[in-house]
Amino acid sequence: MSDAVNSAAAAAGGGANPIDPANPLYRSRRRLNFILLAVSALALAFGLFWLVWILGVLLYEGGTALARASLYYQMTPPPGGDGGLANAIAGSFVMVSMGTLIGTPVGILAGTYLAEFGRNGWLAGATRFLNDVLLSAPSIVMGLFVYSVYVAQVGHFSAWAGSISLGLLVIPVVVRTTDDMLKLVPNTLREAAVALGCPAWKMVTGVTYRAARTGILTGILLAVARISGETAPLLFTALNNQFWTTDLNAPMSNLPVVIFQFAMSPYEDWHRLAWGGAALITIAVLLLNILARALFRKSD
Amino acid sequence: MTTATLNGSNSAEGADVISEPQGRRPLRSAPWKDTAFEWLTRFFAFLVFSLLAAILVSLAIGSQLTLEKYGFSFLWSSDWNPVTEQFGALVPIFGTIVTSIIAMLIGVPVSFGIALFLTELSPPWLKRPLGTAIELLAAIPSIIYGMWGLFVFVPIFQTSIQPRIIDSLGAIPLFGGLFAGPPLGIGMLTAGVILSIMVIPFITAVMRDVFELVPPLLKESAYGLGATTWEVVWRVVLPYTKVGVIGGIMLGLGRALGETMAVTFVIGNAHRLAASLMAPGNSIASALANEFTEAVGDVYFSALYELGLILFLITTIVLGLSKLLLMRLAKGEGAQT
Repeated sequence: MSDAVNSAAAAAGGGANPIDPANPLYRSRRRLNFILLAVSALALAFGLFWLVWILGVLLYEGGTALARASLYYQMTPPPGGDGGLANAIAGSFVMVSMGTLIGTPVGILAGTYLAEFGRNGWLAGATRFLNDVLLSAPSIVMGLFVYSVYVAQVGHFSAWAGSISLGLLVIPVVVRTTDDMLKLVPNTLREAAVALGCPAWKMVTGVTYRAARTGILTGILLAVARISGETAPLLFTALNNQFWTTDLNAPMSNLPVVIFQFAMSPYEDWHRLAWGGAALITIAVLLLNILARALFRKSD
Repeated sequence: MTTATLNGSNSAEGADVISEPQGRRPLRSAPWKDTAFEWLTRFFAFLVFSLLAAILVSLAIGSQLTLEKYGFSFLWSSDWNPVTEQFGALVPIFGTIVTSIIAMLIGVPVSFGIALFLTELSPPWLKRPLGTAIELLAAIPSIIYGMWGLFVFVPIFQTSIQPRIIDSLGAIPLFGGLFAGPPLGIGMLTAGVILSIMVIPFITAVMRDVFELVPPLLKESAYGLGATTWEVVWRVVLPYTKVGVIGGIMLGLGRALGETMAVTFVIGNAHRLAASLMAPGNSIASALANEFTEAVGDVYFSALYELGLILFLITTIVLGLSKLLLMRLAKGEGAQT
């Protein structure tokens, strides 16, 4: 064995024992290896460094704002005033919920077609491809789209428009995970159901959905996490509102846009509130992500 | 218990099966439900299928005015004057491309390093926590990157990093112009650096996945010949996964091109063409975020719609290519097993 290695390497290494520590060629290869592997460890440290820095700053700057109870029950203040983010938190909650309610059924049904009926047909293949493009498409373009087909037609900004644009961002995430998770369901389960005389719609809703339940739920959670922090599509659709509103047909306040507006302002009070909102959103999004992962791991 | 219920329901169905040959009742009691369900799902799949085209059409209709008025010259005109209604997309396009290139120059090697560490070096028990930590970078909303960039990163960059870059690299002839100018903190370089952090998790995830696809036999053969870990990665893993790696880079590029909020905070929003990376600029997405709600007049709106159309076309092409490359790798993988 070692003879074979030696003779193979001898041809390349010019006669000297290729793994002899005294062989200069081998030493320089080892050195290069060591240097580049150290660089790769540094790259990892580089990535983690930003994560720790950003989260640390958020907790440090936002922590004091989060600890103040008024953040949760007072309205967003005018410049220079003191206040909270109650209307923005509620608005975000309403629009994220509505967006999820709009996007999830569409996503699940479309994903069902891809995995259960379309499979390798042209429509399924093309939809899968376009859906993956939409998955990474700039979210601001979704805002433009909803502006042109809805806001410009009805003539005013509204929470509905915001919910629709968030719903459009939910769809590709849910389609993708539903498709993937349903494809993981073993075909024998389907065959067993059909062999018992189960009609296809019952087989899908009663057997494969149930088998893929956790996976699909993971996808929905990830989609919620994604839209919770989206700002760009809300700028042209829900806009912002300084006051409390439950009217979905009126502009509605929401955390991301408030953070954007307050952070870009010159006022100290607003900056503090923006940090509080930023910390709140990030904590919510990270918790959703970790929950989704934990759920997914359990289903493995 | 499950079998019992299944048997119970099945005995009723059994009667249908027997009576079917006499032609009185069909095999399945309600085939229309199956058809309806299938068509319902097909309808929604078609909806998703047509969404991309719908976006393109709506943006094209919105930008009709400027499309007719300027034609292709919109792409290389650097005017942007809402008062005289002269518009051109050169400055935002330039800013978008420059910031994305900076992001790729930093993000790609770092992502490669991280993927290499996670697949080849990391002890197994550390793989998952480290991988998750890097993926969490992608979970942080982009507005947080923007805010952190503006309040924390920009001051540090301005006082301690930019002056050094200007002093050292700015002095090089020809090349130095890229780094000339006052250290403002904000600008295209800052936007590019922050973008690079944001694309790292996406590129890393793809690279890690495709590196895992390499058959262990190939790697073991190389190790058996005395190759070092680096040589295995550089000469075996990378050539084998080349297509997928490029696909991952394109995915990151697509993300960087369309990133809005983080860039809006730090790029400076100046409609000016500058050779220096230190100078403030503008990107398509941040021009839209800043100006769309404040735009007055049809031509202004139309110009912004056309910016959106250009951005959507570019990202769709880049992301489509990325997907095609990744599909090619997946197909090749299928053929080899």
